[in-house]
Amino acid sequence: MSGPTPTPFPAAGHITDAEREELRRHGILLTSLEELYGWGRSNSIWPLQFGLDCCAIEMIAAATARFDIARFGAEIFRPSPRQADLMIVSGTVTKKMAPQVVRLWNQMPEPKYCIAMGACAISGGPFKQGYNVLKGIDRFIPVDIYIPGCPPRPEALLNGLIQLQEKIKGEKLTGPDAARFTRPEEPSEFPVPEYGAHDLVPAKNPAVWTPPAAPAPPAA
Amino acid sequence: MSVSDLSSFTSLPGPTVRQVHDQFHGDLLEISMGPQHPSTHGVFRMVATLDGEQIVKLKPVFGYLHRNHEKIAENTTYLGSMPYTDRLDYLCSMSTNWAYALAVEKLAGQAVPDRAQYLRVIMAELTRLVNHSCLVGFLFNDLGTSFTPLLYAFREREKILDLFESLSGSRMMCNYQRFGGCRVDPSPEWLATAQKLVANFPRFLDEYERLLTGNEIMLARTQGVGRLDPAHAVSAGLTGPLLRASGVDYDIRKVDGYGFYPRFDFRVPLGAHGDTYDRYMMRILEMRESIKILAQAFKDLPAGPIMDPKAKIRGFRPKPGEAYGRLEGPKGELGFYLISDGGPNPYRYRVRPPSFVNLTLLEEMCLGHTIADSVVILGSIDIVLGEVDR
Amino acid sequence: METVEQIRDRLVARFPAAHVELITNPGPAAEHSLRLDAAHAHDLALFLRDDTALRLDYCSNVTGVDWPDKEVTDVTKTSVPDPAGGPPKIVEQKTVRHQPGCLEVVYHLYSMALKHGPVIIRLRTANRTDRVALPSLTPVWRSCDFQEREVYDLYGVVFERHPDLRRILMWDEFKDHPMRKDYVDPDDYEWEPTAHGAVLERAKAHAPAPAAPEAKP
Repeated sequence: MSGPTPTPFPAAGHITDAEREELRRHGILLTSLEELYGWGRSNSIWPLQFGLDCCAIEMIAAATARFDIARFGAEIFRPSPRQADLMIVSGTVTKKMAPQVVRLWNQMPEPKYCIAMGACAISGGPFKQGYNVLKGIDRFIPVDIYIPGCPPRPEALLNGLIQLQEKIKGEKLTGPDAARFTRPEEPSEFPVPEYGAHDLVPAKNPAVWTPPAAPAPPAA
Repeated sequence: MSVSDLSSFTSLPGPTVRQVHDQFHGDLLEISMGPQHPSTHGVFRMVATLDGEQIVKLKPVFGYLHRNHEKIAENTTYLGSMPYTDRLDYLCSMSTNWAYALAVEKLAGQAVPDRAQYLRVIMAELTRLVNHSCLVGFLFNDLGTSFTPLLYAFREREKILDLFESLSGSRMMCNYQRFGGCRVDPSPEWLATAQKLVANFPRFLDEYERLLTGNEIMLARTQGVGRLDPAHAVSAGLTGPLLRASGVDYDIRKVDGYGFYPRFDFRVPLGAHGDTYDRYMMRILEMRESIKILAQAFKDLPAGPIMDPKAKIRGFRPKPGEAYGRLEGPKGELGFYLISDGGPNPYRYRVRPPSFVNLTLLEEMCLGHTIADSVVILGSIDIVLGEVDR
Repeated sequence: METVEQIRDRLVARFPAAHVELITNPGPAAEHSLRLDAAHAHDLALFLRDDTALRLDYCSNVTGVDWPDKEVTDVTKTSVPDPAGGPPKIVEQKTVRHQPGCLEVVYHLYSMALKHGPVIIRLRTANRTDRVALPSLTPVWRSCDFQEREVYDLYGVVFERHPDLRRILMWDEFKDHPMRKDYVDPDDYEWEPTAHGAVLERAKAHAPAPAAPEAKP
């Protein structure tokens, strides 16, 4: 689970939920700008047409008639990153491809989200021992939703998309815990790694990713 | 309707590159199509030098999906590499599994029981149906029909994937073949469902063809586009429907006669012109032949074990030596070359990918055509990047 | 199709200066191959392609193999008579010699015209370090184009007279040849709680060091 679970009718000002429900039954919809904004954004996510590997085929299958991502408002896969607001990294990110992925991420305008679909995009997956395999795209760009699987079924991708929608609906626009894209001091572009003689330079971006903390060893 | 009947259609003439260049005294523009591009079928990059819209030079750039499969296989047991072969050509995992099992069985001198051989043929031909309908769907995406034929193709693909999932547990990464046979024996209900699906498939192909094959926009955009000369194709090592569209009769199912293919009665369609339209027709005609093979296989499927009882699963160490096993995958010749040093891991594990070698003549096929044509030509070659870069 | 021995004999008869060696394949597959010397490989390949009985016009697969240097122990047993008159003693003598390694390129050839094959030919470099050049067979079979580039990229074999020899799978600035047996990949692993196999070994290197045991009072 990621992100706060939003309440169905968040109380706005001094109006209680019961009063809101009463008004709604009479055909008067009372809402807040934040809620309206989140509802609109989450139900019209435009993913970037960006499939890397095998998971991309399941992503395409999620867009076909049987699993139908169009029900969730997300069937417009944009070819250009300038017009997209969701990047589904589906498949193994190789070190040769990693600078391109970061560049595409930088070209997407805010607010933007990233789903790491499949084991390879999360951590390198079955190909983790590879010399050319980037061990997880979250080493360079911030990831919002992780969908495990190899490949995850289209329904799993839809589940991930629904969780992203919940996260977007719950995003606040003002206040101390406002969403990332409302704060100008948060970076929306990340440095693009270069091709080095033996590895990418840098191999990871410490501002985005820190290795998971190992548990303290038992006292001898 | 055979391919030779269509020879009365004439191809559209176009200006040569030289005429355009002299008339307008333009500059050449170098663009990079990919690695993120809606029509490059994965992370493939083409660096095209253009004179206006016409391609003067085209260099493919590989490696954006190089996942070091061969290096990982040197540190993995023979059987441990079987799930990785699923991920090479991720649309055709059953065929790739069989190619690897074929190579290892050749290396170890392992026999396969009759029922398993028939099951392998059934799975391989179902995979061919999946792959060719995907290809036709993606080809029309490249032509600009934007998704409708793909939805029809994926509708049939989903039916076959349901079969694969109920049999092997996974839609795409089936991991079904073993050295000495198959992993799971299909139930009678599965076989009945599969037979019904195969019996209904010609109706889907007829519907597809009625909408697409005689379509005048499709004819105008694919006939005469990307002509491939047969002598060049042979020298460049092209295989599969790409080669046969140019008229070269080489189908490994007939040449090597691996598995039990000599028992089945089927024809090998051949093209006459070697252009994109012939390559499209190859896939349609091969799908019809696959249906014939499947009908025969379901009828003749014998009872019996699906794994050779003498097959060694634990402690599998083939004797030192080497073997090259190949088969006719849906994209071309898919081969595995293995060198064993007597240990549990292969000393050298090499995949001979059909898509990689089929791209050798991409530049020649695209020269003089426009960018839009290059997209269609690339689509008709049928590549999958997992296999190209391994 | 002729046997490999017959092909070898015809090659040697046609090109007396060439060294053609039959390498037997000990496994059940029995796919024996011919090792050609680098100086005559191009002419031998043209012969294999154009000969009317063989017509090997299709080169299916080009593979690189790395054979590292190894120490080979030769054991010789000599029988030494016992000066006391008893049975002779067997004395073992072990000599260790250094067998230099090489890089090998294996070509699988088939015939589309006559529908037979495979004929397998091998070329070996002189060593793994500085003499790694081999003639390119791309002028003979165009299908070797990309596959020889891959062998150059991943093994470091330099193919002379290749039309476009540059890296194909790794980026151009990459310096190593990753498929060699002595390649060590960069350490960009991290600690992970559920690693196994080869990844576990690399992840252990990032585990915190165990605390020093407390001194007993």
